[in-house]
Amino acid sequence: MHALSIRNLRKIYPNGVEALKGIDLDVEAGDFYALLGPNGAGKTTAIGIICSLINKSAGSVDVFGHNLDKELEAAKACIGLVPQEINLNLFDTVQNIVLNQAGYYGINRREARIRAEKYLRELRLWERRKEPARNLSGGMKRRLMIARALIHEPRLLILDEPTAGVDIEIRRSMWEFLKETNEAGTTIILTTHYLEEAESLCRHVAIIDEGKVIENALMSNVLRKLQRETFVLSLRDRLTTPPVLDGFETMLRDDGDVEIAVDSKRDLNELFALLSNQGIAVSSLRNKANRLEELFIRLVENKQSVQLPEKD
Amino acid sequence: MNLALNWIGFQTLVRKEFIRVIRIWVQTIVPPAITMTLYFIIFGNLIGRRIGSMDGFDYMQYIAPGLIMMSVITNSYGNVVSSFFGAKFGRHIEEMIVSPMSNVTIILGHVAGGVIRGLLVGSLVTVVALAFTSLKVEHPFVTISIILLSSVVFSLAGFINAVFAKKFDDISIVPTFVLTPLTYLGGVFYSISLLPVFWQKVSLANPILYMVNAFRYGILGVSDIRIGYAYAIIGLFVAGLFGLSLMLMNRGTGIRE
Ligand SMILES: Nc1ncnc2c1ncn2[C@@H]1O[C@H](COP(=O)(O)OP(=O)(O)OP(=O)(O)O)[C@@H](O)[C@H]1O
Ligand SMILES: [Mg+2]
Repeated sequence: MHALSIRNLRKIYPNGVEALKGIDLDVEAGDFYALLGPNGAGKTTAIGIICSLINKSAGSVDVFGHNLDKELEAAKACIGLVPQEINLNLFDTVQNIVLNQAGYYGINRREARIRAEKYLRELRLWERRKEPARNLSGGMKRRLMIARALIHEPRLLILDEPTAGVDIEIRRSMWEFLKETNEAGTTIILTTHYLEEAESLCRHVAIIDEGKVIENALMSNVLRKLQRETFVLSLRDRLTTPPVLDGFETMLRDDGDVEIAVDSKRDLNELFALLSNQGIAVSSLRNKANRLEELFIRLVENKQSVQLPEKD
Repeated sequence: MNLALNWIGFQTLVRKEFIRVIRIWVQTIVPPAITMTLYFIIFGNLIGRRIGSMDGFDYMQYIAPGLIMMSVITNSYGNVVSSFFGAKFGRHIEEMIVSPMSNVTIILGHVAGGVIRGLLVGSLVTVVALAFTSLKVEHPFVTISIILLSSVVFSLAGFINAVFAKKFDDISIVPTFVLTPLTYLGGVFYSISLLPVFWQKVSLANPILYMVNAFRYGILGVSDIRIGYAYAIIGLFVAGLFGLSLMLMNRGTGIRE
């Protein structure tokens, strides 16, 4: 069963901007799905259409088999949305915001109170429940939007940049929370510009650029497609010219470190053997960029297609 | 439509709107009470004594139903237009739009909020009126039904205004340029029989005239128009404005485009 199935989705805004140029996406139930793409790619537009916040220009959307045009109410009941922009009533209290949202989904007040306590505690907002939302910090507002999205226990949770502007500690605890939510059976779609976040959380990834899907595969396959990884080595003794290593591309950086591109077919052992043969001592090693980031940059910035194995 | 879900959704909206009215009572309840007290003092008490009687009543008594109606109309309208436009402006309207609650429920919930504030303020103005004059309700059913229906009409009108409004200015244009003049010319302060025949005819095109007169009939038992017409016209407005609201919501006008 697909949690979400999109066919030929198009959106032309009244000002003429063609934000989506016919996208197809399928998200399996239970998946943890990353929707990536540069600013203005069309991610928020696609999410807005899925959640009925934006009228589509063409195409179809099915949520757990409920077509948005035919069974809107049933489709809406399945989705929880954490939007990109803060859309809280800042004058309302934290508690009332989640209780009211429960009411809009038909959950009676008694049950709503039980759930509100559960989710506000989990998102560490329980102590602030009586305060108006405007008293919360930016990160707390994002957590409140997550609690609000979960109050009706949706089968599909969509988060549009939930960790933007959230500090590292809270971000990590949010990751844990989302992992647990996903393991408990909720399908999650996440957009983010922190690619390591997508890499560590998501099983599937789709990359959108200029309103088109340019990549859509299992995260592990996508990462495997990356045939080359670039490492940065700090050397014990500074070199004046880049080392010549048979079969490896090397570059000497201004700061004295050496960048070495390693093909996925070759072992790092080979590299280290060559280095020690030449008496070059390595004091530390790191990735130049996160792997998904390398792919992303290649796909989006260089518009260079990466020829790759079939997706499964 | 899932009735159980929508019933809980409706109750939630009503509770939310009520809390909003109470939370900002300094903006919602106090100003109309002060304005109306001033009307009673100046028009009723000071000037009214010179005017003498109208349709056989003290001027104070004569204008009291109109002033109550006027406060119900402006507050019902004002509540819905600012609450719904505020929700658009602050984007928390999205909380309702993403939910499975039907558009009918969203409209009815806001209308109920407008009616609650209208009647709250209306009751307060009635209390103020009773401090200046005595009012004996001649036809209780007409009184209650007309005030309720009128409140619904202007709550719906406020809703439609909010749907089209793009900035805060847009929610004060209609009250200033349409609502206030129509109310003042709607026979709150005078019987249209005082006007030249031509202006009497023109006045009959003003829907507020029917509301004010029917309400005055309910309380005092006198009216410039036939009560049946008033019900017909108010009923038409309720149906027309509700239909329009629903059509706009279903299209997503001002919200989903
Ligand atoms: N209401 C609107 N009216 C007109 N154009 C819009 C509107 N909203 C978005 N757009 C345009 O549609 C395109 C896609 O925007 P969208 O917000 O979907 O991008 P995004 O992928 O979410 O970007 P970001 O990562 O910056 O959030 C952009 O060119 C944007 O300018
Ligand atoms: Mg976006």
